[in-house]
Amino acid sequence: MRASPAPDVSTHRAQDERVVVEARGLRRRFARTWALRGLDLTVERGEIVALLGANGSGKTTLLRILATVARPSGGELRLFGVAPDQDPGAVRRRLGVLAHTSGLYGELSAVENLRFAALMYGLALPERALRARLAEAGLARAADARVGTYSQGMLQRLALLRATLHDPDLVLLDEPYTALDGSGLALVDRFLAALRSAHKTAIVATHAVERSLRHCDRAVVLTAGRVTYDGPPGAAPASALPPALEQVP
Amino acid sequence: MMARDALRRSWAIVWKDLLIERRAKAAFNAMALFAGLMLLTFGFALGPDAPSFATGEETLLQHLSPGLLWVAILFTGQLAADRSFQLELERGGLDALRVYPGDRTALYVGKLVSNLAVMLLMEVLLVPCAAILYSLDLWPRLPALSGVAVLATLAFAATGTFYAALTANLRARQVLLPLLLFPVLIPVVLAAVKATGLVLRGDPMNELGSWVKLLAAADVLFLTVSALTFEYVIEE
Repeated sequence: MRASPAPDVSTHRAQDERVVVEARGLRRRFARTWALRGLDLTVERGEIVALLGANGSGKTTLLRILATVARPSGGELRLFGVAPDQDPGAVRRRLGVLAHTSGLYGELSAVENLRFAALMYGLALPERALRARLAEAGLARAADARVGTYSQGMLQRLALLRATLHDPDLVLLDEPYTALDGSGLALVDRFLAALRSAHKTAIVATHAVERSLRHCDRAVVLTAGRVTYDGPPGAAPASALPPALEQVP
Repeated sequence: MMARDALRRSWAIVWKDLLIERRAKAAFNAMALFAGLMLLTFGFALGPDAPSFATGEETLLQHLSPGLLWVAILFTGQLAADRSFQLELERGGLDALRVYPGDRTALYVGKLVSNLAVMLLMEVLLVPCAAILYSLDLWPRLPALSGVAVLATLAFAATGTFYAALTANLRARQVLLPLLLFPVLIPVVLAAVKATGLVLRGDPMNELGSWVKLLAAADVLFLTVSALTFEYVIEE
């Protein structure tokens, strides 16, 4: 990640209030394959952005870079006005990440998984508060059951809860609709609606185009590591969407 | 404040890892059984009553017991270190760990302490097994032996945790981990075997201190280098 020249402090602060993600010419290479080829993206505070594209288009790679899990091979990135490698701790404190895999421990109960996450985020949440959060997510009765016995829907609920336990400013969701039944899909819908009403910023990488666009302010389509459409969800031309994906009715 | 946050994060890792180990007993039991079988196999291979060529007072097994014991501990420790990152990989926990804020050294310290605890517990089971199988009189030497074991195990755990993190994302990690780890640990194994032998057989030439100093130096070196470079190792 290349650090850009230090900007004027007042400009920086004003940008920090408005712009959450600012990527310029972002590139990422795996061996001889370029997953991102000079990607530009700006996401402003309060926006819910749908990140669309066929498999291998670079959605997950982009989310991993934004989550500070992977480093770009080139280009510039600022999250909340800060280059992530300059102050990774401050950036990570403001990020909530739901990855492809849940990141939960099957041998621990839901309460224990949340307690671990709270400790790692430096939150002083008593067990009563954790149980209250689990009850809100409909997991009160399974709070002490080992997560290894959970259904996919229950896992997703818990993973969403853990991702937002520290009230992050930017939520990154990688395929949140995958392998969910009707009630699980509705749960993710409600979660996105709650983010929108709380004026949170979110980027949702998904193949569930129709479903996700209902909750999003913007659609960004990636093709072979580049942005090929960036605009209102309803106005996306059919040619901009990957062939396997459907247009919003 | 930062140090307290780091300590809290390290403690969270230790608490989580040991709770998982306690519940997933199969892994620990398998490692303990593996180590016990190694000691037993050495016993069969060398024969219980074969005389030592070095001294006529002890059997070959008794003479070689420090080396056999530390080889069993080395192999089992490598499995424990690998396992500690394997359980992170199962559901994408390693990425989740990377996303948490705070100094990466806290992750290293947490993983190190939990690996150290697992290895020391394994040794608590293994040493009496070795004493029974090889007819060793350990009781009077237990305090000195414990000191040597703690120093050597700390070096094993410090290096094992570091290399297990380094190889965690590689497909051939189960082969690569011992290939990278064992050569680095040769001085520690040598010092641990010599020190254990001197504790068991007596130390007429006062050599024990030098080997213990070597173990302590290895601890300081491996802990410092691993803690300072772990941040780069844990990154993708």
